[in-house]
Amino acid sequence: MSATLTDVGPKTTPTVLPRRRKPLRSRAYKLFRVVMLILVVIVFIAPLAWMLLASFKTNVDIYDAGKSVIFSPTWENYSNVLGRNNYFQFIFNSFWVAFCSTALSLVLGVPAAYAMSRFTMHRSALVVLMARIIPGVSLLVPWYYVFSNMRLVGGFSVLILSHMFVALPLIVYIMMSFFDSMPLELEESAQVDGLTAIGAFARITLPLSVGGIATAGILSFIFSWNNFMFALVLSGAHTKTLPVAIFNFVSYASIDWGGLMAAAVVVTIPIMVIALSTQKYIVTGLTAGATKG
Amino acid sequence: MTVLTTTPRSAWRAYSDWANTHRKWLFAAPAMIFVGVLIAFPLAWTLYLSLTDAHGSVRAASHFVGFGNYLEVLKDTKRFWPATGRTFAFTLSALAVEMVLGMCIALLLWRPFRGEKWVRVAILLPLVATPVAVGMMWRLIFDPNIGFANQLLNFIGLPSQPWLSSPQTALPTLVFVDIWQWTPMVVLILLAGLTALSDEPDEAARIDGANAWQRFRFVTLPLLMPTVIVAVLLRSIDALKTFDILYATKGKGGGSFNEVETLNVYAYGLSFDYNSYGLASAVLILFFLIIVACMFVLTRRRKGNR
Repeated sequence: MSATLTDVGPKTTPTVLPRRRKPLRSRAYKLFRVVMLILVVIVFIAPLAWMLLASFKTNVDIYDAGKSVIFSPTWENYSNVLGRNNYFQFIFNSFWVAFCSTALSLVLGVPAAYAMSRFTMHRSALVVLMARIIPGVSLLVPWYYVFSNMRLVGGFSVLILSHMFVALPLIVYIMMSFFDSMPLELEESAQVDGLTAIGAFARITLPLSVGGIATAGILSFIFSWNNFMFALVLSGAHTKTLPVAIFNFVSYASIDWGGLMAAAVVVTIPIMVIALSTQKYIVTGLTAGATKG
Repeated sequence: MTVLTTTPRSAWRAYSDWANTHRKWLFAAPAMIFVGVLIAFPLAWTLYLSLTDAHGSVRAASHFVGFGNYLEVLKDTKRFWPATGRTFAFTLSALAVEMVLGMCIALLLWRPFRGEKWVRVAILLPLVATPVAVGMMWRLIFDPNIGFANQLLNFIGLPSQPWLSSPQTALPTLVFVDIWQWTPMVVLILLAGLTALSDEPDEAARIDGANAWQRFRFVTLPLLMPTVIVAVLLRSIDALKTFDILYATKGKGGGSFNEVETLNVYAYGLSFDYNSYGLASAVLILFFLIIVACMFVLTRRRKGNR
């Protein structure tokens, strides 16, 4: 209380003195800031907009610089891509792999993060976070060796397993910083009231962690959806995920730019819709642990 | 302590007591075992493979060759050392620009303003976009004949550039793509750090007559340092391992002159395009040691700063 009172004093008095000079300079800064912000938005959005525009152009229009922005849009690329190449299968594959690997990683990761946070098991946490540091290729070679000998390569199980490797460290990392910031008192009072420690975790902590779990889950879904390298090696003709499907799109002789852009839009749109509708969660998740130091 | 003495109940009770006292490991062990088995085993296997001449089919027999692969790799000035150089050039240049640019944008966004929400959306989109799709998108934009990049250059009166298609400009172009996609990540992390700072030191410096640059350099930046280091750590881990956009834009071997071949792309190519698993494993072990060394240096710095 006393802190807020002393705060008010110095803040209000000095602003009286330099008032004469302030408006002009701050107006110039405001203008500069607006211009810069608009520039930032353009730089980050324009390429995506270009991709979206190109996906509605015929290949003839793509080659015509005069028709950069004004052209007669066509759905042809989308109907080609979606009709010809089993794309609905790939969309389902991507979704299924991302969903399963996220769900399983949450089951494994949330209790682990809880224990690591409450018992400050930093060394154990490091083991899990190692998975983030190791280059994926060094895991892929042995996995490929073993799983192809077990004749599992090309199936969903191996794909889900490998994507859990992306999801689990992320979930543990995010949930640890979530549990770190969660007060102990509620659990303690629940235990005083007769719940066991595990009971307090299941009935008090978990329901209160829904926000954190959503954050971790959404992010791990996105990362799994975007993953390319694991699926490139471990997926088969019927389990191909969208990024691999797009990559294979260009191995044909000449590039069908319109179709390629339509395929790229198909893979990014779902993730962007998720990202935009859950923006707050994503930002807290991405910045988890950043402010702890 | 009036315990009900029916047997199934007390058995359950005993189990429950056991579970509660051991909950630390009961909770942590499954995840750790999962990661441990899937890391420790592959690492050991990679180490073993790196000492053999394994190649061709995964079921083919292999012979122990000692450190032959390592010698071959370390003497390889055509692929390995250039790839190492490119890995560092890519990582350092992308990281430097991303940190400076990220800091500038974070400072622009720091104080609330109207339309803040829209700017944040714009920043979030590149970050979540699928890297392979992003690679394809830039391939079209940087296409020498039909790309928007050259249309823009010609519009302002500059000559066309070859961008991704020339060995000289391919890597810098891809650094640019990395910067486009990952600067938002730095912005978000730094912004979270900035919003968590208290206003008082800044206010005090302002009263003492410090100008904006001085307040940033001597007040905000030192206070933000822990967050900056987290951002550097996260970005350098991912930048060292960059694969998706390189492979999606230039394909096998980092292009026909290996112009964008980093260690990750090189190791991948050795493994899955040429099937020389033994050699690839030696490269991977060396790559892994490099990453661990980088992390070690960075985290040592972090402790030293506190």
